[in-house]
Amino acid sequence: MQAMDWRMIMREDAAELYRQREKRVNDAIALRVPDRVPIEVLFGFFPAKYSGMTIEEVMYDPDKLFDTQLKVLLEFQPDMDQAPFAIRFLGPLLEALDFKQLKWPGHGITTDHTYQFVEGEYMTADEYDHFLLDPSDFLVRKYWPRVCGNLKGFEKLAPLHGVITYYLGFNLSIAPFSLPEVAEALAAMQKAGAEAARIAAHSRRYTQKAKEEGFPIQTGAFTQAPFDTLGDFFRGTKGLMLDMYRRPDKVIKACEKLLPIMFETAINSTRMSGNPRVFIPIHKGLDGFMSKEQFKRFFWPTLQELMQGLIKEGCNPCPLWEGDCTSRLEIIKDIPAGKACYAFEATDMLKAKEILGDTVCLRGNVPLSILIAGSPQDVKAYCKKLIDTVGKGGGYIMDAATGLDDAKPENVKAMFEFTREYGVY
Amino acid sequence: MDSKLVYLMADLKEIETIALVNELIKEGVNPNEILGSARAAMELVGKRFEKDEYFIPDLVLAGEIMKGISEIVKPLVKKGEADTKKGKVLIGTVAGDIHDIGKDIVTFMLDVSGFDVLDLGIDVPASTFVQKTREFQPHVVGLSGFLTLAFDSMKKTVQALEEAGLRDRVKVMIGGGQIDDEVRRYVHADAYGKDAIAAVNLCRQWIGG
Repeated sequence: MQAMDWRMIMREDAAELYRQREKRVNDAIALRVPDRVPIEVLFGFFPAKYSGMTIEEVMYDPDKLFDTQLKVLLEFQPDMDQAPFAIRFLGPLLEALDFKQLKWPGHGITTDHTYQFVEGEYMTADEYDHFLLDPSDFLVRKYWPRVCGNLKGFEKLAPLHGVITYYLGFNLSIAPFSLPEVAEALAAMQKAGAEAARIAAHSRRYTQKAKEEGFPIQTGAFTQAPFDTLGDFFRGTKGLMLDMYRRPDKVIKACEKLLPIMFETAINSTRMSGNPRVFIPIHKGLDGFMSKEQFKRFFWPTLQELMQGLIKEGCNPCPLWEGDCTSRLEIIKDIPAGKACYAFEATDMLKAKEILGDTVCLRGNVPLSILIAGSPQDVKAYCKKLIDTVGKGGGYIMDAATGLDDAKPENVKAMFEFTREYGVY
Repeated sequence: MDSKLVYLMADLKEIETIALVNELIKEGVNPNEILGSARAAMELVGKRFEKDEYFIPDLVLAGEIMKGISEIVKPLVKKGEADTKKGKVLIGTVAGDIHDIGKDIVTFMLDVSGFDVLDLGIDVPASTFVQKTREFQPHVVGLSGFLTLAFDSMKKTVQALEEAGLRDRVKVMIGGGQIDDEVRRYVHADAYGKDAIAAVNLCRQWIGG
């Protein structure tokens, strides 16, 4: 009886801490002054390393992933956590598909290194028209067979949009489903479906556990700038860079085609998770990666519309602007105030505060070079500078510049402890 | 030097540049002269990049134009007429990292700037850097890496060069996503470059040319 009372008290405490933490972050996003500077990080594979496990172990063993993540959550106590399953417990799913766009431990990467993307033109320049006519048909018959070895059989299918009715398409378009290659691909998809469902189940289990411990989850959905999706997964970095000169209209049309898809992806997840914060990693719009004019023409319009649409639906877009985006600050300021959180990697934070301070919450910027190669004193000095300047008057969330993967534990500890002590308003 | 060709190419007019090259070849212009003009154009492209007038996509497009010109012109260049190179650079993405976009741009810019570049590719073990440094005898070793795991791989590569007694014979430059001066100290490299033109400038400074 006594033990149970104790547990109930803990639960009430956790519920109160959960409310406090959520308020702290929401205050920062809404540009109100919180009780102290919130701190959140992208742990990446840091938890595995911290527990002395290989990356392969946590990519394949859900219990190990669960335990290592929970351990760093309880030890470091970020204001919000990440449910790690969707982008970490990938081994069995990737194998079921024979996925080609990643190399991961045991599949082209050693057991202790993070998985990595394999650049490529997974859509050729002359396939824009197919993509624009019907992205789903393009995905199933052209793209999936290229990025998933076990879905190669779908190459044999007839156009999916041709299957209309008994005398329009039924005989010729349905017939390929009888082919053994297609049956194999369908079976692989079913197997992959079961693995994906496992990921989702573990993710719910973890989110529940974090909640019981008093920790909200940072973001409940994932989406991308349409230009990034087009470049990352379809045309490749080099292919899309050249397309901006060789077929600019097609690039813009493809981004517009992707916009409602990127929006739907985010909205469906936020509705399912009940979490309004949407993570948007920004890859290809950075300074240097295109001119300001190209940014305004190709990158920003559909990203802006995506974020505005999300805000209208009550969501908080949380882009992570990788690299240096200092020259973009004036342009990306053009969204409703107090709704979004912009994390920056190497952007000039003073300029960001000056230009964006009354519009969006800022986050991040503690360099991984310091977190890996520096000392706890270096980390504290850097965090102090951020809190004194960018943190002034609220609207800032402490975080590393990008994922923690290889950071030194004592440096991570210094970042957390210092922020909790010094970051009080 | 054909100044029309230089400016068309430097302005990244891909179709017009290639058309002009075909015309010049028909007129019997010396292919080496065409290549000289193309290199002069790349020189201008590099300058515009340094002045923040051009960005990576412009370098990539310039590279494609250069490739297009070379495909037309190179088969016509007589053997033995090839330019002498300014110096040797060994380059590669370090062990564990499979990223190559940045490294490829650096390799291309060094090559077009007249250096003899040996590109070892991606995920290159320290021992391969050592072996190739012995064989190729470069003036400069360039280590590329996008992920943070590359810090340790770079450090190990520099250590391996030291242990093999080769460190004093080469300059080591590093570059990539997270690389800054903090990482340069950690790795014991001689310099880091923030982009491809910085890499070219470092090599010019160390080797000359």
